[in-house]
Amino acid sequence: MLELASLPTAALQIPPAIASPEFAWAGLILLLPVLSALLCLFCGAIGVKSKLPGAITAIALVASFATTLTLFLKLPADAPRTIHMFDWVAFAWTGSSATGAVVWTGFLAPFSLYVDSLTLLWMLFVTGLGSLITIYATEYMEADVGKGYTRFFASVSFFLFAMGALVMGGNLIVLYLGWEGVGLASYLLIGYFYTRPSAVAAAKKAFIMNRIGDLGLALGVFLIWQNYGTVEYDALFKAISAGSAPAAESASWTAAAIPYCLMLGAFGKSAQIPLFVWLPDAMEGPTPVSALIHAATMVTAGVYLIARLYPMFVLYPDALTVVAWVGCLTALVAATIGMAQYDIKRVMAYSTVSQLGYMFLGLGVGTSFGAVYHVFTHAFFKALLFLCCGAIMHGMAGQLDLRKMSGLRKVKGFGVISWTFLVGCLCLSGFPFTAGFFSKDSIIAQAFASENPTFALLGWIALFTAFLTAYYAFRVWFRVCGGPIKIDEPGDEMHGHDDHAHASSSHATNAHGDGGHSKGGHGKDGHAAHEWHPHGPGFAIKGVLLVICIGALLAGLPSYLGEMRHEPNWVETMVEHSSAASGIPVHEHAAGGHGHHALSFTGIEDVHTATSVVASTVGILGICLAAFFHLFNRGAADKLRAALLSNGLTRWLPLLLENKWYVDEVYNAVFRFNAWVLGHVLHFIDKQLIDGLLVNGGARIPMEIGRVFQPLYNGALQGYAATMAGGIALIVAWVFWIWMHGA
Amino acid sequence: MSHFTTIFPAILPTTLPAILPTTLAVTDAQTINAALLVSALLFTCGLIGFLTRRNMILMFLCTELMFQAAALAMIAFGRMHHDVSGQVFVIFILTVAAAEAALALGLVVLLYRRRETLDSEAWSELHESA
Repeated sequence: MLELASLPTAALQIPPAIASPEFAWAGLILLLPVLSALLCLFCGAIGVKSKLPGAITAIALVASFATTLTLFLKLPADAPRTIHMFDWVAFAWTGSSATGAVVWTGFLAPFSLYVDSLTLLWMLFVTGLGSLITIYATEYMEADVGKGYTRFFASVSFFLFAMGALVMGGNLIVLYLGWEGVGLASYLLIGYFYTRPSAVAAAKKAFIMNRIGDLGLALGVFLIWQNYGTVEYDALFKAISAGSAPAAESASWTAAAIPYCLMLGAFGKSAQIPLFVWLPDAMEGPTPVSALIHAATMVTAGVYLIARLYPMFVLYPDALTVVAWVGCLTALVAATIGMAQYDIKRVMAYSTVSQLGYMFLGLGVGTSFGAVYHVFTHAFFKALLFLCCGAIMHGMAGQLDLRKMSGLRKVKGFGVISWTFLVGCLCLSGFPFTAGFFSKDSIIAQAFASENPTFALLGWIALFTAFLTAYYAFRVWFRVCGGPIKIDEPGDEMHGHDDHAHASSSHATNAHGDGGHSKGGHGKDGHAAHEWHPHGPGFAIKGVLLVICIGALLAGLPSYLGEMRHEPNWVETMVEHSSAASGIPVHEHAAGGHGHHALSFTGIEDVHTATSVVASTVGILGICLAAFFHLFNRGAADKLRAALLSNGLTRWLPLLLENKWYVDEVYNAVFRFNAWVLGHVLHFIDKQLIDGLLVNGGARIPMEIGRVFQPLYNGALQGYAATMAGGIALIVAWVFWIWMHGA
Repeated sequence: MSHFTTIFPAILPTTLPAILPTTLAVTDAQTINAALLVSALLFTCGLIGFLTRRNMILMFLCTELMFQAAALAMIAFGRMHHDVSGQVFVIFILTVAAAEAALALGLVVLLYRRRETLDSEAWSELHESA
């Protein structure tokens, strides 16, 4: 149990925000993408058929990044700053709560920005990667110019606005706006190839699963307002540090429920158990979308939420334990699935889920620095990995199966891709001195160093997952880029992820001078008319890959400077000065040895150094295992798989992994199937009972009554006369009866 | 025959009080009862005849019969209340009956021209559709 008493209470004091209208130009960071989106829509309306929307978006986003950079350089680091943009939601009244503990005077959510170091750190990589990936996409999506190009860039611009609103928003309502906005943008972009049913299904799945998480977030926001009387960060942090809110005993369970509700939202957006199955399916979208949204920015929104509201979570250590466990288990499960996938984009998708699990583990064990640092480094190397996959796909006409290509490093035009891919894989595996090494290790070290003994178990699981991560990352690299050149001609994979990649490859010989010939793949040289060459990418793609590669390498620089040269770790200081640092001591090298810890068997006193050593060893072991199975002895992998499948006991292992632990099937059986049945039952009730019986049946009553009397009107005059006579007789009898009874 | 049944009841009430005021050993009450009974019988004849006949002119004849039954009842009640208004009203009835006869027979002629028959079944298609 994490001892709250051991936490420096001063850390809970977040300085009150200073209103800074002089920085109102920071609103440009949000307005530029909005402007770009509107211009793209306008282009779409007037039917622009060139790459203009791409250029507009790229320029707007680069300008947005420049503004962020200027803000970063110019903003004094003393206290968080609020920048009020305009009044938005404002309901004010006078009143007090029943117990008198909280006075609700209104529900105020102005559209304001809360800028502290965490915000700046996040926005730097969001806008930076956003602009780079947009530049990449201007070339990648060129096959769609005139068809969906404008729609793509309008959606990307809208996405960056929403992400900016999410990160920079000054209250939970602006965050929620951004949250929903990124969900919408994700839906639009995953379903970009809307003529393909699998893409449409994936988009719906992503959106619906996000909605389940959003329920948690919405409830969390409501409960925060109910307990603390405000949704604005500044006032909220004041209320938390003043210890005012859960004073009312009756409100205490609702206050304790806040972190769990917020956690559900974070798990939905960041694809953790149980809401992670949408992310692999989201690979149906174009690769720049996968790189930007589903690797670097949108999926980190859940981590941001918890980091931003960390003071709330620190009050409830049990909630942090739940976060840690969920994160760790997700990391493990996703890594095991990633090991068995053949589609390289899917491997990267599961890798993203796994690394997000690491980030939540970091938040849960108490190192928000480690988590945020991992977000930062992961954004770079994961975006790099996805962009490399995209470039491969672009050149291979939609082919993504790692069994079907090999030796790309030697293919002309794919050199840059292969070597930047290698850098990405090294970072992902936590190879010593890469960015991923520093960030992952700070998380694992904290797991071992934490006072909660169960976290040491999580540390071991995280180490094992690191081993698996290194293995699957290098499985992909050794298979695709290593070994002899052997490329299967894309036959049936043309229906694969990006149809347009095929169209562009048919222009290989004239459009791209550096189109390469593959040696092994063509058995039939007589087919000169159908000869297909994998072609290397053009300047935009290669340039962006190189820039991001450098960024991925540099992302480790703060730690290198911090640990090796004992200068302050830049990311660490950024996190420390923000609301994410409250409660837990961030990095205590100076606090001396941590005494006995789980890694003491290595004989190294300092837990951080011990973790680094063990984690590097584990990572290198994973690389070696991957080298054995996928570089030197490729047949061994298939033989092992066959051996496992043949034995009745171990048969389940490859089956489970290849079929993603049957999670989708379980969800289908438990939720979708039952919902489908319920839907049909309700449809039956609606159509047959409510429509048929009540509505139509009710309408038939007058009709049937009419039918009863219809024979009276048969056109026979005598019948009418007889009826009349009968009526008169009745009346006479009645009058007579009254007269007889003296009425 | 039809003339007899039409005219005779009209003549009888007007002449009977003049011819036989007190010579018959019949009280007023009995007279009135008898007259009303005859009126009822005539009305019933007319009603049954109307309901069972198919010939349009004969149907109209029966309605005339019902008229005369009402006229007889008027006379009887006039006698009962010692008020000559009953007999006055009979004049009205006769007039109205005559006017109506003209109208009705005109309609019958038109209907006959359409269907070349006096059968009322020919017009049974004017009914509520199913």
